[in-house]
Amino acid sequence: MAADPIHQFRIVELFPIAHIGNTEIAFTNSAMFMFAAVIIITAFLIIGTAKKSLVPSRLQSAAELSYEFVATTVRSTAGHEGMKFFPFVFTLFMFVLTLNFIGLVPYTFTVTSHIIVTAALAIMVFLTVLLYGLYRHGFHFFNLFVPKGVPIAILPLIVFIEVLSFVSRPISHSVRLFANMLAGHITLQVFAGFIILMGTAMGAIGWIGGILPFGMIVILMALETLVAFLQAYVFAILTCIYLNDAIHPGH
Amino acid sequence: MAEQQHTTSTEHPAEGGHGGFPPFQSNTYASQLVWLAIAFVLLFVLMSKWALPRVGSAIENRQKRIDDDIAEAGKLKEQSDAAVAAYEKALADARANAQAIANETRDKQAAEAEARRKTLEDELNVKLTEAEKTIAATKQSAMSNVRGIAEDATRAIVERLIGKAPNDQAVTAAVADALKR
Repeated sequence: MAADPIHQFRIVELFPIAHIGNTEIAFTNSAMFMFAAVIIITAFLIIGTAKKSLVPSRLQSAAELSYEFVATTVRSTAGHEGMKFFPFVFTLFMFVLTLNFIGLVPYTFTVTSHIIVTAALAIMVFLTVLLYGLYRHGFHFFNLFVPKGVPIAILPLIVFIEVLSFVSRPISHSVRLFANMLAGHITLQVFAGFIILMGTAMGAIGWIGGILPFGMIVILMALETLVAFLQAYVFAILTCIYLNDAIHPGH
Repeated sequence: MAEQQHTTSTEHPAEGGHGGFPPFQSNTYASQLVWLAIAFVLLFVLMSKWALPRVGSAIENRQKRIDDDIAEAGKLKEQSDAAVAAYEKALADARANAQAIANETRDKQAAEAEARRKTLEDELNVKLTEAEKTIAATKQSAMSNVRGIAEDATRAIVERLIGKAPNDQAVTAAVADALKR
């Protein structure tokens, strides 16, 4: 059971809240870690800026760094007008980043390894882009699908491809994060399982041999830390790029 | 933890979409979505209303302080530049002033010297002419004395030679004739 690589992704119901029809709404381990992330992020920023010193402390530096980092990303990809979405992108980035990092701690649960969570976030971004684009530019928003300077003969094909790529955005957006987190954690679990397997099967020699997969876990852990950050960043920057389409449609 | 999972799985008999792979167990979706929505909205509100303005203001304050300091430094530099310019102007003025005073003094002294020289010269000229006059008068008187002496001597010589006093007119004419030569 301990070696089961998907055991870690199990949703554990902590206590039920309500029943809507046949569907049960329960407070789960997933929800617990989501709120843990909310508390960690808020505490990080609020405690970091408790003094608001001119020369920042380490924590304040880190808080300001996260702020500047996301602000620079938004400004460089979506322009100055994109800054109105800064709180949204910042929330997304910090939420995903914190959930990814929490997932790296042993015995925790990785919220972002569930497709329903990443899909919900991606669809939220998609709808934000679509609704803001329509609100801001009206029907002109659909110019996004009609690149300029394309010969009329192949225009229908191009428009079809553009629409298809636009609609498939939430899929790639969500699956990228989900698959990365899932695969990384399964790999870690599989290598950890090797140690147990060798130890129980071959005794002392097996435990010594277990150093090899353990070393692998150490290396993978470093890689997963990078992936945890990178996927959060990719999620945020893709959000910025999609928002840029809503703010400046037309190529 | 394993126990908890065990009870969970017994509590949830195979409902719709209850597969073996947790991320695809659709009976967990509703719970996850509800809590995701609550957590995300909560975080969004906390960030946009509370945390981000705080961080932003801290950064802005620092930027403002830096800008103020730079502006202050610029102002001080302007002041020091003005002071340097004023100092240099004062220096140039003083130099010009000194030059003017020196020129004036030199001119005045030259003029005074010239005037003194002139008065001295005049005085000397006056003395000279007086002296010349005295010399002329002395010479005149000396000359007239010479004539009288010469006439007397002539009369005496002639009286001794011929024993008889010569005619006065002849003597005077003879002396004048001799003096002319």
